[in-house]
Amino acid sequence: MKKLMIALVAVFSILPLFSFAAGGNVHLEKANYDLTDKASLQRGAKLFMNYCFACHSTGYQRYQRVATDLDIPEQLMKENLIFTESKIGELMFNSMDKKEAEKWFGSAPPDLTLEARLRGPDWIYTYLHSFYKDESRPFGVNNSVFPDVGMPHVLEELQGISIATFETTTDANGIEHTKVVALTSDESGEMSSDEYDEAVLDLVNFLVYAGEPNKLERQSLGIWVVAFLFVLFFVSYLLKKEYWRDIH
Amino acid sequence: MLKKLVLDGIDWVDARIPMTETWNKHLAQYPTPVNFNFWYFFGSLAMLVLVNQILTGIWLTMHYNPSAEGAFASIEYIMRDVPYGWLLRYMHSTGASAFFVVIYLHMFRGLIYGSYQKPRELIWVFGMLIFLVLMAEAFMGYLLPWGQMSFWGAQVIISLFGAIPIIGDDLTLWIRGDYVISGATLNRFFALHVIALPLALVGLVFLHIIALHEVGSNNPDGVEIKRKKGSVPEEEKSKFTFHKQYSEHKDIVDAIPFHPYFTVKDIMGVSFFLICFATVIFFMPEGGGYLLEAPNFEPANGLKTPDHIAPVWYYTPYYAILRAIPDKLLGVIFFGGSIAILFLLPWLDRCSVKSIRYRSWKHKLNITQFTICFIVLGVLGSLPVTPLLTTVAQVASVGYFGFFIALWVYSKNEKTKPLPTRLTH
Repeated sequence: MKKLMIALVAVFSILPLFSFAAGGNVHLEKANYDLTDKASLQRGAKLFMNYCFACHSTGYQRYQRVATDLDIPEQLMKENLIFTESKIGELMFNSMDKKEAEKWFGSAPPDLTLEARLRGPDWIYTYLHSFYKDESRPFGVNNSVFPDVGMPHVLEELQGISIATFETTTDANGIEHTKVVALTSDESGEMSSDEYDEAVLDLVNFLVYAGEPNKLERQSLGIWVVAFLFVLFFVSYLLKKEYWRDIH
Repeated sequence: MLKKLVLDGIDWVDARIPMTETWNKHLAQYPTPVNFNFWYFFGSLAMLVLVNQILTGIWLTMHYNPSAEGAFASIEYIMRDVPYGWLLRYMHSTGASAFFVVIYLHMFRGLIYGSYQKPRELIWVFGMLIFLVLMAEAFMGYLLPWGQMSFWGAQVIISLFGAIPIIGDDLTLWIRGDYVISGATLNRFFALHVIALPLALVGLVFLHIIALHEVGSNNPDGVEIKRKKGSVPEEEKSKFTFHKQYSEHKDIVDAIPFHPYFTVKDIMGVSFFLICFATVIFFMPEGGGYLLEAPNFEPANGLKTPDHIAPVWYYTPYYAILRAIPDKLLGVIFFGGSIAILFLLPWLDRCSVKSIRYRSWKHKLNITQFTICFIVLGVLGSLPVTPLLTTVAQVASVGYFGFFIALWVYSKNEKTKPLPTRLTH
């Protein structure tokens, strides 16, 4: 029976490996975000509100909560980060009209509160690095992670614009596939490549925070809960042993 | 003084309802085989998870908005604005998976030790009904967050009913309450999820336990602890006092009262289970995308199909059987059959020896291949279809159904090992 249990445990522990098989085939860069870095989160919030929020709401979170969690004074938040008529206790909706937005972009820009949980931090990090010049697209840019995306490269003034190098391969069925193999920045942006990496990481950090604002609280509470349960387990083990002494 | 007051109070209640009597009959003087092992923790754990689901469910219901317009946002409201709402929600979502983990292990215990055999057929049937209701309960609960996978998962499963000839289309319409999955579907699923099915579940659990206590627990040796009255020498009888319902007409061997021995043992089991449960809740509530699936962080959108629709892990074995069969109607028949055939297990197994410990190599081999096929099907059901994987799923499906057929054939004249006269421990 022990052998069977070991086999079962082994099978269940390799199960998660299969999740890769179901994933996409785009190579994603690792985003080493840090939720404890308040300065990074604040910079991320600032970037988000200035570059993203005009189109993308984060309508499941509230300004006040963001201010509290990120140590941003309420007055500062109100004056510098609330661009709508919203009060500080309200949900963070922008003032874009959905119907109009559909006409402009093809589909309305999605709410990004949960984007980091939907697509993952690495995806967002790579996506924001993957815009390249493509005159055939309405906004003159395309994206190698999200081909033919309806979004312009809003961070162009920071990153500049990249030029893509393509590679064409022919598969076994004789069908040609063209894919982007390298992106080279024209370095026309305000930021150096390293600065841009940092800025995107700050943005990702903010979106990971927005996806689950209680994450740090959850983990720190979890340590106490699990520690308590270990003590409970030990005590209950001793109790069981004591009672069962007269059985064996 | 206080003691007298308590005792008087107990007497007062006992004169009106059989409180002490019930306590003794089902706990303090209930004869339990002394050789229960690891596999016997899962019954009490299933009860614990049921209570967890009901309690967290009540609090979630207080803040949840059962409408297509408000459901998704209300979940995020619970996750962010309700104090400890995130904890309640993760306890509930993780609890759903924990329920199936515990139930599958509980069923597996029944399978290897022959706990479904005569005279425990009804316990098994009630258990299977619990399993069936639990699947419906989890399926309907999964629609409630109104995410993309909620919507499309429900779309796929409900459309299966459409494969039934003649009534299929009307039936799907009746289930959905609309031509597509909509707010009408969400509202009825909510009603069934929070009232109808939990009531049925609690009722069935009650029957499951009453049926169990009527005939008594099986054990890893599959040897009865209740013997014919007068057949056991006085010194071999259990030294404990058991309720007269059990001891009046039977001699009891190798048994101990459930309380306190198994209550303290189960508390230990519960503590260990809670360590695992809390670890998932606090450190990996998404369970690598298996407990909370990534597409469910996007609100339901009937115009946008996700790349890959996979049911939650606990349905995947049956889903893999469904997909393995090229014909839709036949697929649905085998899909239903894969659950239905489990109900027949007590009658398919014609062997009189219960435990795997004393049964033939054929039976051991059969259970092993069944377990492997079940897990393989579970993995395949969560993966996208490819021709190779479909072939593997077909082979595993044959193994799944083959288990029952083979069991019926060899169990008639099975070469078993001699049973011990007393329990081994």
